[in-house]
Amino acid sequence: MFYINEGNKANNNSVISFRQVIFIYKKDYKKYAEQTAQKSNAFTNCIKAFLVGGAICTFAQWLYNMFITRMSEENTRLLVPTVLIFLAALTTGLGWFDKLAKHAGGGTLVPITGFANAIASAAIDNKNEGWVLGLGAKIFTVAGPVILYGTLASVIYGLILYFIRLAGAGGAA
Amino acid sequence: MDYLWAFIVGGLLCVIAELLICYTKLTAARILVAYVVAGVVLTAIGLYGPLVEWAGCGATTPLTGFGYALAEGVKKAVAERGIFGALTGGLTATSGGIAAALAFAFAAALVFKGKPK
Repeated sequence: MFYINEGNKANNNSVISFRQVIFIYKKDYKKYAEQTAQKSNAFTNCIKAFLVGGAICTFAQWLYNMFITRMSEENTRLLVPTVLIFLAALTTGLGWFDKLAKHAGGGTLVPITGFANAIASAAIDNKNEGWVLGLGAKIFTVAGPVILYGTLASVIYGLILYFIRLAGAGGAA
Repeated sequence: MDYLWAFIVGGLLCVIAELLICYTKLTAARILVAYVVAGVVLTAIGLYGPLVEWAGCGATTPLTGFGYALAEGVKKAVAERGIFGALTGGLTATSGGIAAALAFAFAAALVFKGKPK
């Protein structure tokens, strides 16, 4: 306060007082800093997300190619995400997942690993609050909305398909 | 070749999410919800199926692939059992993944200690 008042006095005759500068600086600096930080980081963040996300998907493809020779396509389609989910839950517990996610952002969020991480970390962090209303309820903090809106969209799609079929059958008859 | 396309398509789907994180105020949970619903919609209008054929796990591993599985499941179920399939198809097709995620998360909670709050 003292310095700001002093500055104000000293710069009384100038076009813009020190106090005003401080005010503008305080008001806009945060915005400015956020904007420039965003711009400089967005590009490198996207590169990291691309590399990590691409690597996870390539690993999934490698698993797929390995399993498909040994079992049915249906089981392979289940086993590949199951392995990824297992690894995500394990590394979440060990604390490694968060370290990678800090750098990879969308790269670890978007693959099924992000879904598994959200469920596993919710389970681990809330077990102290009880098995039913702690872990049991909060395990769905992120999974719940994903399952709800995904299921909702699929039901709507199913109804649309059904009525299209009805209309098609009606038209044919 | 299938590895290359899995890498590129999977990577690009992650970049879209990263752009959403950088330039919008969307939370991670909202992005995941948007991805799943987008997967269902894109599959319904016939765009995601060809992408899965082309990029394999590059398209099925991102959460849009979860939406793809929901939509494909419902399509198959409606063809088999009519309107009841609209209720059963989505969750039936994705039940394995959901159960695996819940079971492994529970096991992780048994083994590991949470962060002190």
